[in-house]
Amino acid sequence: MQRNPQLNENGELQHLLSIEGLPREILVQILDTAESFAGVTEREVKKVPLLRGKSVFNLFFEPSTRTRTTFEIAAKRLSADVINLNIAVSSATKGESLLDTVANLSAMHADIFVVRHASSGAPFLIARHVKPHEHVVNAGDGRHAHPTQGLLDLFTIRHYKKDFSKLTVAIVGDVLHSRVARSLIHGLTTLGAPEVRVIGPYTLMPAGVEALGVRVFHDMKAGLKDADVVVMLRLQNERMRGALLPSAQEFFKHYGLTSDKLALARKDAIVMHPGPMNRGVEIDSSVADGPHSVILPQVTFGIAVRMAVMSIVAGN
Amino acid sequence: MTKLPDTEKLCQDLVRELKPRIGPKTAMVGLYTGGVWLAERLHKELRIEKPLGLMDIAFYRDDYAARGLKHDPKRTTIPFDVNGAELLLVDDVLYSGRTVRAAMNELFDYGRPASISLVVLADRGGRQLPICAQHVGAKVEVPEGMRLRLKRDDAGKLALALESDRAA
Repeated sequence: MQRNPQLNENGELQHLLSIEGLPREILVQILDTAESFAGVTEREVKKVPLLRGKSVFNLFFEPSTRTRTTFEIAAKRLSADVINLNIAVSSATKGESLLDTVANLSAMHADIFVVRHASSGAPFLIARHVKPHEHVVNAGDGRHAHPTQGLLDLFTIRHYKKDFSKLTVAIVGDVLHSRVARSLIHGLTTLGAPEVRVIGPYTLMPAGVEALGVRVFHDMKAGLKDADVVVMLRLQNERMRGALLPSAQEFFKHYGLTSDKLALARKDAIVMHPGPMNRGVEIDSSVADGPHSVILPQVTFGIAVRMAVMSIVAGN
Repeated sequence: MTKLPDTEKLCQDLVRELKPRIGPKTAMVGLYTGGVWLAERLHKELRIEKPLGLMDIAFYRDDYAARGLKHDPKRTTIPFDVNGAELLLVDDVLYSGRTVRAAMNELFDYGRPASISLVVLADRGGRQLPICAQHVGAKVEVPEGMRLRLKRDDAGKLALALESDRAA
């Protein structure tokens, strides 16, 4: 049997590439560890010495503000040195291959590579070629996966709802292009959420998505009924090829989250969004800034979750 | 076979010994897991005003590079101002001293205490660092290949126990 490329020979997490294929125990370990790190991020001295002397290279081949920044904060709070590489304006544009870039950074004594890439699978390729003491964390690859976002979504849900075993979670919008949705669905099903729904137009729903263990809705009102958690996805304009949608206004009318539609969910439902938000396209400002919204806490939790991931992989 | 002391009696001895030094600035921090159990007991019986602090030193261990992060680190909660506090740091068993070193480092990330005293139920010797406890329930000799742990039963009764070093 081929070994899961994320796990070492003892079954411990060596790289974080995808939530898919990770056993429940490892997901729980990451969430529990993040819970302890959340305590650190509330103190006056928000730093622990775990990764002292280690170097974290942020390799972002695609633009990102939130994810890159929270990885940087997380690494600094673990006392690591952080090097940010804006690859869009560096060697890659001069023709250097991905593996050559990584080999050069490895020669500079990297310990952790945090990788975002437009091509699905790029972090897997890197993980296959790094030295045994080097670790790769996927910060989003193409349409494939965004495991730390999925984990921080799971952390947020657990924080507010305590337990996955009775939850109805509705994921709404551009499921087709969303690596966030994919990662979250795998996490929710692994942790035993009984009902995961995806809601969106036919043109933005991947074929065969039911195979992931979700229920598909094209009518948002039906899909939101009695939901405990509503996860809005960003309408990924930059990924849109051809005419998948008539217009942003049309999308908002059918799939934008307004107070009226949210009223169909449970009274204590939480509303999440991975950011960046398109207000008035997938979410109304009154909801984004309203009492059900946990969108900003998600960002804060993201730091603790990334601290957990980096300290677990670097120790294995 | 080493005969272990009566743990409940050691707790009472520690309460008697600590009583005279409890004042308005006294605060207590217990180290997970056994140290927290002992601290909960002492904190209650000594009627210490400041709420009890709970600490897991997982993020300050010196063997992270060799052994990685421990699996289920608990959240450290220090619900009082460490600055100026006269701290009683509580653990079940004192051995190499490395846990205490890590705990002191973590405490100083919360503030600058007026003093720290170490309270342990059992001192088994074998120090690897220049650390000693100010309040010791008992000195216990532990046979090679064994380790000493604190257990707590459902009724809350505490008992020291020997187990094989290879377990867990």
